[in-house]
Amino acid sequence: MRTSHLGLMIVFAFFVSVVFGTLMRDDPKEQLRFGAQLFTAFVIGGVALGWILYFFPL
Amino acid sequence: MRATTADREQSATYTYLICLAAWAIPGAGHLLLGRMQKGVTFLVALSLMFVIGLSLEGRLFPIEVQQPLVALAALADMGIGIPFFLARQFGAGAGRVVALTYEYGNAFLIVAGLLNMLVVLDAFDAVQGRK
Repeated sequence: MRTSHLGLMIVFAFFVSVVFGTLMRDDPKEQLRFGAQLFTAFVIGGVALGWILYFFPL
Repeated sequence: MRATTADREQSATYTYLICLAAWAIPGAGHLLLGRMQKGVTFLVALSLMFVIGLSLEGRLFPIEVQQPLVALAALADMGIGIPFFLARQFGAGAGRVVALTYEYGNAFLIVAGLLNMLVVLDAFDAVQGRK
């Protein structure tokens, strides 16, 4: 299985969001909404953190 | 009416069985409790995470007391239950440290196990009537 770092991060964020959304909410609509919020936060947070680290030397 | 000692013991046994099932097979605890939607979601999502982790050449860590971080990773891996032992039995999860996706594979495997531990706690709360 080969994919990009961004792709793998998105897949990872998707599964974690699905599980947390299902765990934290009981109503399916609420689960979907909370999961979508989590997923968005994970992806945007990951990309933002990546750009912040870009400016630090190794 | 007060619960008798036998009732309480039966209830405790039932609780432990649900938790054991929830650990052994992701989502099984919720399925046994009749929470089909949650159970199926956990079963599919956590199993897929585990399989993806293996296909990304992640490692199922052995318990090594001399290396505490490896031992902790092993405990996290074991959180997924029977799939961990099946994979080890069939020689999967050896991990190839030079693989580009090795660390991603480890992340998928470890987090799948840790999430299943949360699912077990959720099943425990459900069987106790807290949720």
